[in-house]
Amino acid sequence: MDAVSRIVVDARGLLCPLPVIRLQDAVKNLPPDTEVELIGTDPGVMQDIPAWCRINGHRILESRSDGNQYHIKLKTGR
Amino acid sequence: MKKEGHDAPARKYRYNCPSQRHGPIFMTDRTHKAVALISGGLDSMLAAKVILDQGIHVEGINFFTGFCVEGHTHAIRKRDQAKPKRNNALWVAERLGIKLHIIDIIEEYKDVVINPRHGYGANLNPCLDCKIFMVGKARQWMMENGFDFIITGEVIGQRPKSQRKDTMPVVARESGADDRLLRPLCARNLPPTLPEREGWVDRERLHGFSGRTRKPQMELAKRLGLEDYAQPAGGCCFLTDENYSRKLADLWRARGEKRYELDDIMLLKVGRHIRPRPHFKLIVAREEGEGRFLQGYKNRYPHLQTVSHGGPLTLVDGRPSPQDMELAARIVARYSQGRNAETVEVKTVYGGEEGLLAVTPLKPHEIPPEWML
Ligand code: SF4
Repeated sequence: MDAVSRIVVDARGLLCPLPVIRLQDAVKNLPPDTEVELIGTDPGVMQDIPAWCRINGHRILESRSDGNQYHIKLKTGR
Repeated sequence: MKKEGHDAPARKYRYNCPSQRHGPIFMTDRTHKAVALISGGLDSMLAAKVILDQGIHVEGINFFTGFCVEGHTHAIRKRDQAKPKRNNALWVAERLGIKLHIIDIIEEYKDVVINPRHGYGANLNPCLDCKIFMVGKARQWMMENGFDFIITGEVIGQRPKSQRKDTMPVVARESGADDRLLRPLCARNLPPTLPEREGWVDRERLHGFSGRTRKPQMELAKRLGLEDYAQPAGGCCFLTDENYSRKLADLWRARGEKRYELDDIMLLKVGRHIRPRPHFKLIVAREEGEGRFLQGYKNRYPHLQTVSHGGPLTLVDGRPSPQDMELAARIVARYSQGRNAETVEVKTVYGGEEGLLAVTPLKPHEIPPEWML
């Protein structure tokens, strides 16, 4: 079940707000409580993705950066 | 067949305000839904708030054209900047407590910029065509999502080209939104729209702003408790910027046609652009943030970097010959810490091949002003 319900959105090389748009499109038809991970290279994702999640009722589980990459894990809401 | 969204009939009720602070409000038996164009600026935020306060369900829509001032600047900003640049459209949505849908219109928007039927504004900003296009897209979204009407933050006379009394009906008509397009900030200067006539919203509680003054908006923001709004300088997009438009016009001239890709228009936002020959130009990073931004593009462009001295990363756009690369290296050396040195070593990467050139930096007077874009 977990393996099926985890989605990775690769937004590396994209500048904001494109990572938000890619995430939004990926999440659109997902059921609640699906885990999604976004990987990006634009530091703006660390601010924009949490804001977008707050607006849309998704929950951030973890956000971290390793060198030049940013990883944000979230769980879809409603 | 059961009708949904904006086709569903709604019954009207008359509601008399007990405090008699305003006249009767006509209410309906279902919550109507409006899609608000949210740019991240004050006017669209106020327009959405005015309608939200009338009990309408509002969701925001924001279009990413590639020219937007919003967002991308994250990548250019300096890491040590005290206040990180926020995406104002997201911020507005959060502040209002509404959802925001950001739509990628990069490809479709090209035709708006390249062939505006109503022409350009002071620079390469096709504001009227842009408005028509965006309201048209919002209309499409409204229909697909069962919403009832569209709201924008337009104010009559606010902008000389796109927000005039005579252009308001043009936007409504040519976008196909017709009287489902409501401008809450200036509605009372315009004929009643469907949401007003049907009593979905109370026209009395809309506004009649006009002209270039920002005072009524500031006052309304204060009244609504939205004083911490964003004040983006220079409007919603780079196309209103004179320097940016000059660089875009140069790009089209150099290519012999009006054409662009996303990379092109992103790169016009950063660096010093220098065109020493018609068939190539240099994009020289001016500071660390721009250097990092250009790093993301260097695998797709020929590029140069000084090695004997500190210096900015420089991309080359076009088809430079080996002699051109040498000239490029001399220009790059001019912007390096070795500008006064006899010789500066510059690494070149072109077509996957690396080279090393030892060049004399150009002197300031050897760079004619017309090279600078
Ligand atoms: S400033 Fe740019 S985004 Fe705004 S209406 Fe004009 S062309 Fe469109």
